[in-house]
Amino acid sequence: MVDLTAVDIIPPRARSKPRFKLGVPWKAIRIAIFYLGLLGIWKLISVMEIWPSYTFPPPEDVFEDLKLLAQDGIIWHAIRTTMERMAIGYSLSILIGLVIGISMGSFKWVDETVGSLVLGLQSLPSITWFPLAILWFGLSEHAIIFVVLMGSVNSIAISSAAGVKSIPPLLLRASNMFGGPWWQKLIYVILPAMLPSMVQGLKLGWSFAWRSLLAAELLFVSISLGHLLSIGRDLNDVSEVVSIMLVIVALGMAMDRIVFGRLEGWVNERWGLRAA
Amino acid sequence: MTLETALTARAEGPAKSGSALVRAPEAAATSAALEVRGVFKRFETRRHDTLALSDINLTVRPGEFICLLGPSGCGKSTLLNIIAGFDKPSGGEMLVGGNRVTGPGRDRVVVFQEAALFPWLNVRSNVEFGLKLAGVGKAERRERAEQYLKLVGLERFHKAYIHELSGGMKQRVQLARSLAVDPEILLMDEPFAALDAQTRDVLQEELQDIWQRTGKTIVFVTHNVREAVLLADRVIVMSPSPGRIKREISISLEHPRSPDSHAVVDLAADIREELRNPEHEAKAPESRWSI
Repeated sequence: MVDLTAVDIIPPRARSKPRFKLGVPWKAIRIAIFYLGLLGIWKLISVMEIWPSYTFPPPEDVFEDLKLLAQDGIIWHAIRTTMERMAIGYSLSILIGLVIGISMGSFKWVDETVGSLVLGLQSLPSITWFPLAILWFGLSEHAIIFVVLMGSVNSIAISSAAGVKSIPPLLLRASNMFGGPWWQKLIYVILPAMLPSMVQGLKLGWSFAWRSLLAAELLFVSISLGHLLSIGRDLNDVSEVVSIMLVIVALGMAMDRIVFGRLEGWVNERWGLRAA
Repeated sequence: MTLETALTARAEGPAKSGSALVRAPEAAATSAALEVRGVFKRFETRRHDTLALSDINLTVRPGEFICLLGPSGCGKSTLLNIIAGFDKPSGGEMLVGGNRVTGPGRDRVVVFQEAALFPWLNVRSNVEFGLKLAGVGKAERRERAEQYLKLVGLERFHKAYIHELSGGMKQRVQLARSLAVDPEILLMDEPFAALDAQTRDVLQEELQDIWQRTGKTIVFVTHNVREAVLLADRVIVMSPSPGRIKREISISLEHPRSPDSHAVVDLAADIREELRNPEHEAKAPESRWSI
């Protein structure tokens, strides 16, 4: 029997590329050149004085401001407040969005009723909930988290409904024949099987939540990234506005790389989706 | 019955032949592994109704290897899905070990044609899956998974991802996953149909070996006559529109059988002739016994 199996068995492919490659880091060089070029153009435009420096600050002013904000600690405080709200709002969105989406994907009548409402609400910019949120929750953390929730819950519900519908029926049969209670099937089969089609939805939900939060923070008085932006505008301090914008972009990129990049990488590796 | 007890039971048995154990008609009458009684299946569409299965009666003895053989559209896969509990019959009933069953259960586990393995789990976790749902503890789960991976010759690949496996390896993993929960009946739905000829030969040989070592009752669906003759104690020939059992052919050739032996090749040709030409009747294999 052993010699016969050799006909059929092939060794598994190498798991992944080596983590560190020797040689010239061309990718890093290209990226560095691109951003240095961008910085150069920025500097050039500010030197040409097309706009006065109080509406178009030179890069060194912006970095100076960033340094000051970091030194007196305001920026760290603001980042923490904003990220905490993001964590709470986004987690709630995932939780509620998954419950709505999985019910939509599993029961036709939920899809027909709740599904149509979810689709309709998705066309509503979440900041339009702000006046109502203040009436319902007052000027509180709850109001701002409500706005974040309304911003991202719909897209997560829609993508998880699509995720449930895209699960191969054979996998559900394969799990059904082993029995077990419904919650085990949910945790061990349905949620992981949804992942490949969910990754984009989670990403989309995050970016919706992020936009809703910053829009709401512009209108909300407490030290946060959005509020620092509005202070900058009120004080005519354009370089502060630009420096906060840079921080927002950097945080978004970091989130994309660290959290979603890893999730995507894991899914691609497990499902064999990446072109080898 | 766990694998070890199965193995010792087989070893202590009077003969190594798989058919010797099951050829006791008086025992079969009292304890059939599977009984299908008067099963109908009707598919209703807006235009017309189709009778997919008409009055199916089938009794499978414990440890017997049954092949459901027929062209596509004869309802053999429908019948398997009903036995597995995935589809409800329009009429009739089904008994497993004397108890009426209606839904799927881990007493009847299916090996599907396409690999229905879970891509987010590695090979060993796939084999452990059924045990996990059955509430088996972690240490025992691992031990049994390794044991069954060894049985199908994949112990070295326990950490591989599913997409890294070849078609034949995926079917081995499915077999291990199904056997790990120790089902009463193993249902196989054209498991080797999508494999290349070489791999299929190897897996057919190993399945005979595994069947003899574990003593499982197997219901195997195929449209390949040679495969049915090679594997089965009893071939159930089905015919289409409406899907029904045309006749049964008992095959008492000793296991393991070789796909190239005269007995297998001749009988397969004979049955193929019968399927083409209704007037021809394939002869029982006793009269053409050969080495």
